[in-house]
Formats: sequence, C-alpha cells, structure tokens
Amino acid sequence: MHKISQPVKRNDSAPKASGSAVYTADIKKTGMLYLSVLSSDFQHGRIIRINYPEIPSGYTVITSKDFPGMNRASIVARDWPFFAENEVLYYGQPVLGIAGPDLETCEKLCSRFSIEYEELPAVSVIEEAAEHFNDFSIIKGDPKSAFTSADKIFEFSFKTGMQEQAYMEPQGMIAEFVNGKLTITGSLQCPYYIKNSLMNAFDLKPDKVRIIQAATGGAFGGKEDYPSILSGQAAAAAIATGRPVKIILDRRNDMKVTPKRHPSLITFKTAVDSSGNITAMDIDCRLDAGAYQTLSGVVLERAIFIATGAYNITNVRVRGRTMKTNHVPSGAFRGFGGPQALFAAEMNMHNIAHELGLPPLELKRKYLYRRGDRSVTSGTFRDEIKFDEMLDKIEYASGYSQKWLEYSNRKHIANAPRRGIGISFAAHGGAFTGSGEQDMIKSLVRVEAGQNRFNDKDYEIRILVSNVEMGQGASVTLQKIAAEAMELPLNKVFFTTPDTDLVPDSGPTVASRTIMIVGKLLHDAAADLKQKMNDMKASDFSASLSAGNILYSEKRYVQPEEMSWDESTFTGDAYPGYSWSVNVVEVEVDPVTFEIRVAGSWAVYDVGTPIDTIILKGQMQGGTVQSLAYSSIEKMEMINGKPAQASFTDYTIPTTLDFPDTECIFVDNPYKYGPFGAKAAGELPNEGPAGAFAAAVSQATGLRINSIPVTPEMLEAMINE
Amino acid sequence: MNDRILLNVSIDGRDCSFETETDRRLLDLLREDAGITGVREGCGEGECGACSIFLDGKLVNSCCIPAVAADGSSIVTIEGFSKTPEFDIISDAYAEAGAVQCGFCTPGFIMATAALLREIPIPDDNQIRTALSGNLCRCTGYSMIIDAVRIASKNFHSASSPLDQQYGGLNDT
Repeated sequence: MHKISQPVKRNDSAPKASGSAVYTADIKKTGMLYLSVLSSDFQHGRIIRINYPEIPSGYTVITSKDFPGMNRASIVARDWPFFAENEVLYYGQPVLGIAGPDLETCEKLCSRFSIEYEELPAVSVIEEAAEHFNDFSIIKGDPKSAFTSADKIFEFSFKTGMQEQAYMEPQGMIAEFVNGKLTITGSLQCPYYIKNSLMNAFDLKPDKVRIIQAATGGAFGGKEDYPSILSGQAAAAAIATGRPVKIILDRRNDMKVTPKRHPSLITFKTAVDSSGNITAMDIDCRLDAGAYQTLSGVVLERAIFIATGAYNITNVRVRGRTMKTNHVPSGAFRGFGGPQALFAAEMNMHNIAHELGLPPLELKRKYLYRRGDRSVTSGTFRDEIKFDEMLDKIEYASGYSQKWLEYSNRKHIANAPRRGIGISFAAHGGAFTGSGEQDMIKSLVRVEAGQNRFNDKDYEIRILVSNVEMGQGASVTLQKIAAEAMELPLNKVFFTTPDTDLVPDSGPTVASRTIMIVGKLLHDAAADLKQKMNDMKASDFSASLSAGNILYSEKRYVQPEEMSWDESTFTGDAYPGYSWSVNVVEVEVDPVTFEIRVAGSWAVYDVGTPIDTIILKGQMQGGTVQSLAYSSIEKMEMINGKPAQASFTDYTIPTTLDFPDTECIFVDNPYKYGPFGAKAAGELPNEGPAGAFAAAVSQATGLRINSIPVTPEMLEAMINE
Repeated sequence: MNDRILLNVSIDGRDCSFETETDRRLLDLLREDAGITGVREGCGEGECGACSIFLDGKLVNSCCIPAVAADGSSIVTIEGFSKTPEFDIISDAYAEAGAVQCGFCTPGFIMATAALLREIPIPDDNQIRTALSGNLCRCTGYSMIIDAVRIASKNFHSASSPLDQQYGGLNDT
C-alpha cells in the first residue's frame, strides 16, 4: 500500500464535535431579514388569481418578476423557475416569498395567501407519462440479428423508488447585495454553478457575484441543484430590500421542495442462443424526471451508459427517456442514475440464471467485464479489471458460495426465519461524461506559497479549488495529496474554503471527480510549485514572501490522449476511468411478519490507491447503508403528486439499529491518471448493494424481486398472490 | 401575539433570565436568545437528536421541549460540555475512529455518548447501538461512531487525570 493511504486524524473533527463549526443557520448579519417561501398545494394548475393578505410595513413580497435576467435557474437545462409564473406544475412549487424581520410573521403571512387555480390534467405515474425531456438511443454491435436468431428471449421489468438525500443539515442560504455586488453564503456543493445561475438570473457581470461556502452538513448530491434555486430566491429578496436575507428550510419544507433520486422503470429483453449464451440485450430505461428537466438528461446518460451493469454483452440496444410528470423535479443523488440501472441489470441476470437453472454467480461471472472489452458505448476498458481477485476476497470474507448452496438446499421449517445471500457487481465511471471534463468544465486548480498565517518567518501552501468539504473528507484528502507531492508535513498545507472571489473554477463537487480529476491537477500543480521553490534561492524566497508576494502554480485539465468520445452518437469512452465493486448481502426474512433483517454486508472495492483508508472506509460504509436503506426501509410514495412521507417520522432513514456493521475491503489497482493512483470512490458504495440485497431476499423467499424498496407489505402481498 | 413570560435557567453554569413567549421551543431559546448555535436543528420533531442537551442531567431533544418547561432548570449544552475533560476524551475518540464526517449530527452524538458512558461505563455493542438509536447520522453508516464509543469507553478507564465533576462527569471508574 502507498504510504499516502495511512489514515490521518481529520482537522475538522474537533470543531464539528464541539459545535463551533459554523453552518448557514448559525450565521447572523446586521439588519438581516428572513425569507419564507409559499409553495403550491396544488399539483398542476393555471394560476387565476393570487389573493394577498395585508402586508405590514417592513415585509416585502418576492415573485417571479424580481428576476431581471431570467426567472429560470441554470441547472444544466435552464427551465426551473425560481418562482412560478402563470402555472404550477407540481405540488410544492415555490409561488412567492415574503421577506421580513421576523421569521414567524413571514410564515404566518405566507399561510394567509390564497391562490385560485384552474385545474389542469396531471401525470402522477411514470407509466402514464406521454411526454419526455430526453430520448436517447445507443446501439452496440448488431442486436437486431442476435434477437432474430435467438433461441429464447426473456423479458423483465424493474422499478426503483424515490429516495430522499436526507443530509442532516437542511438547506439554507444567505444573500447580501451591497454596492451592486451580490454575495451568497450557504450550504452547497457547486459554487460556480450558483454563480452562473445568478449571473443569468439577475443579469450581473462575473465580478458582481460572489459565492462563499459555509460549513455544509452533508449533501449526497442534494446540494448540487436546489442551492441554485434557494440562492436565487434569497438574492431576489436581498436586491429588493437592500438588506441581507436568510432562508433556512425546516426539515418538512426541505423534504417537500427539494429534488430526490429519480424513480425508474427499466425493461430488459435478453436474447439467449441455443447453447445458453446471452447474445443481446434490448433495454428500455425510463426515469421520472418530474416537472422540469434540470439535470435529468445527464442522470439518464449515466444510467444508460452502464445499462448492462458490469457485464460484457456483445450486442446491445438501449433507449432511455426522462419522462415528464407532475412531481417535484428529480435531481442529483449519489450514484446519479447508476443505482437504478445497476439494480435492474443485476436482477435481470439473477432472473435469467433462474430461468436457465444456473447459480446466479455462475452466470454473472461468465460475462464480467475484462480489460480490453467494449462498454455499452463501445469504449474500451483500457485498465486492468481485477474481478478475479475481488471475487476471491469477497468469498473469503463472506463465504458467499458455500452459504448460497446451503440456503438453496435448506428445508424450510414453518415460521422459522429464512436465510438468503446475494452477490452483485458494479462499475462507476469517474468524473463527467465523455469529454465533459475537457469541453465543459475545464477545471482549473491553483496552489500558492505565501507567508504562514501563524509564523511570519515561515511559509505555507494554500490549495485553491472550488470543490467543497461537505463531510466526505475532500479538504483533508486534498491536503494530503499536496503535502505528499511537495514532500511537506500536512500542517504546512491549508485548504481554502471555497469562495468564488478567491478560488478558480475547478468544477463542481460531483461525479466522484474531486480526487480523481481535481486531486490530480492539484498534485501536478503542487509538484510544479515545489520545482519553482527549489529554483529560487532560499533567501530570495523568504524575502519575497515577507514582502507579501506569493509564488503559485496553476493547472488546467486536459483529457488523456487515448480518450475519444462522440456526444452526438454516444460512441466512445463515456468516462476517463472506472471504479469497480463486488457486494454480498445476507438477509433473514421472517415468514410470519415478512420483516427483513440484514445479517451481513461485505464489499470489495477497486478505487485505485486509497488516499486515506479511514476516510474511504467512512465513505463506503456510509454509502452502503444508504443503499441498503434505498433497497428496503426508505419508501417515498407520491400520491397524486404529493409525498406520502413528509418528515423523518414517516420517511425512515437508518438508525444504529437497522443495519449491521458493513465490512469493506480494498484491492490495490493504481490508476495511471489519478493522484498517487487514486480514482473515483464516493458514489461507488451506492451502486451495488441494492442488487445484492434483492438477490438475497429472492433466495430467502423464493420470489422474484423486481422492484425496490422491498418492504414487508410488498413481500406479504407477493406471497399471498 | 403570545403571552410573554420571564424564565430563569442555568445554562452551562451561568444563571440566565429570558423574557420569552409561552410557545417558544427550548431549542430556539438556546440558539437564538442564548446564541448557542452548536445545538443543531436537524428535524424539529424529535427524530434526529442533533439538538440534544442535558436538562437537569437528563439527555433530551431541545426541539421537543417548551422553553417554559425549563424554568428553574440547569441545562448543559454542547458549548458548555465541550469545555470539559470528558468531552475531550469523547471528541478525540470520534476523531480517531473517523466518526465525524459532515459533523452536523456530531454534537448530539457526543452528548448521547456521554449519557451512555455515565450510565454504563463499559457498554457492549447492543448497549451502544440502543443508546445511540435516538440520533441520526446520514454520512457514516454508524460503524465508526460505534467504534468511537468503544474507544472513548476504553480511554476513560486509562485516563489518569480526575474527571471534571461540574457537569456530572463520570464517577470513579
């Protein structure tokens, strides 16, 4: 193992533990007003009239008319309004805001508005959605001929549910508008996304918009998109009133108005020849995008590019669509389309194995991707894929095959708990899709040497990137990379809290790209800075720093030469590099209550070189538990567009009592374009567990599990059918 | 408007008086009036435990308690607790185990850990999981938090310095 993998104590632990870390809700500004937003309690309607209550002096109504540039947030697509105009398209859509000195008064005023609507037909079920935002197709090989000559064709449909990110810190923003400059402070993942969105919304020049990140209490994708809406609303109020304006969503509001993971409906047709070989797949993938497109097209790309899972299928046709429904827009959530696609791909293989009378692992193993294979987009897997080693390790840790055999042959005793075990394989392409990193993001990273903040005789190294610390450990892992590249102690290197007036645009904190892409640029910039420092005489260097100068190095992303991508046909290398996982989950199902207990969870990961084994393990364990909950206890149903689960009381995220310790193991497989060999990691644990969980439940119950979350009610209904 | 009443309460060893509304939550009094923002609001309905405090030595969710109910009580928040040696041991254990990621839930977990270790100095895994089941964390999946409690328990036993008793710290162990 590389020495950088040795864990360090995070320097943000103590201030977070003592409560002294400052989150958005903790910040007060002089003369600050609060903003409360009235959201629609109507699913789809034309606004006929808004009846205003009496508005006391000092309180200001903010509407769609307060956006001189455009009343649309720029979240990839530019279609989601900050406030509704003539129509509301979903329950919970922001209609207007009230800014004023007393929050409770703002909330009361909101409740006194009445809105008259003309009801319009609403789409509440993905199956009934007729319109789409995106319709993408991919062809690999010659699926048509393979289906024509198939001996058998299997067809299965899979469904996955909505999932709430449930970061512990609800969303919040503070906007100030002073001397024509807009400053936003808040809980966020992507400072430059917000900056661009606000420049468009208010028609402001780049130097007139500044975004500062406050301590961010978890995000998981949930603070990639909605912060652009929230900051727009707060900014409009700050501009209208000339006062600082703060908006904090309480938990129920946060769950009502913010995007969640896209529900999906995925149908597989699989062609098998007379020798029992899978020759082709025809996959139809529909995602429930909700009422506005926002970033759904990109989520769909991630889903369809990995549509066959970790399996090499020679001939593939995929059609993917983002369906328009009258639901809150779906958005980013760790995995970003991958968890839906991988669940379906895994259970398709699982079902086919049963149809062919094979153990699931025997069938799956035969098709696992190997180096040199072609992906769904006909890109080449150029790096080694270590599935053999990973399988050995997971067998050793979990005893999968032996247990699978034992549970298959076990005679059920009435009312005694039934065991099952499942295995899944997953891939996660790191960073932006295709040539997105080079053509769209153009990540720029800066490292500086300047006078030490604690000792004016000494120097310090400053990391300047727009990627945020949101709990995942980016600040420390980036510090480790810079320190190691410069051969300096960790305490000489400082991570700068992202502030768009200070840091260059190194891109958003998404897509498992922070270490793999930004970390590599940082590594190269730090090595370059070290060279510059070595080239100077020590006395000149310290004299220059004492005079207040800085020495710096910057690096901009250039994609590896061998990468090729054609966005118009979705052909080529969809991602610069892939990370891989194998998951095993063991369950026990009570045949009387149908309750499912997870008895064990094991995973082996290939994320290249771990930059810090404890931070990485924390990512993997946290992600695995999120994914096990996605598969079982986290149910969010929309009933006529209204979430039936509206708070932590009825939408149950895991407690300490719901899942056991989740074991994780890493294999060493350094990635040549990553810092010290590191590649994508953060999203990977959310990709595989659902397929392993469902396979385990399938073995324990003898049922086909084609939809998640699997609840006791669902099992009972299936068994009684 | 609601009636305003005067209430007296000891917060982190300081006697304080507040004039407040009868329907005000203790959490808001602590965060807004007393300025103790380390007491976090994660859900506002007693599910997440981020607003945990000690009220007369008992671990409670301050979002579920009317401020008036605290009249005459003694409150310890994370701000006061963080100045004790007991906190240092627990906080160091959390750092060592990697149990702090986004940190929003951490003050609540620290308080719940202290409450557990006062009651059961050497808890087993079930006792740890049960004691912390009123606190939600979305980042860690809990394994490292449970490790942290084990480490803290062990370090309390090896700590040579007498523990601060002011906030009801551990008895001799």
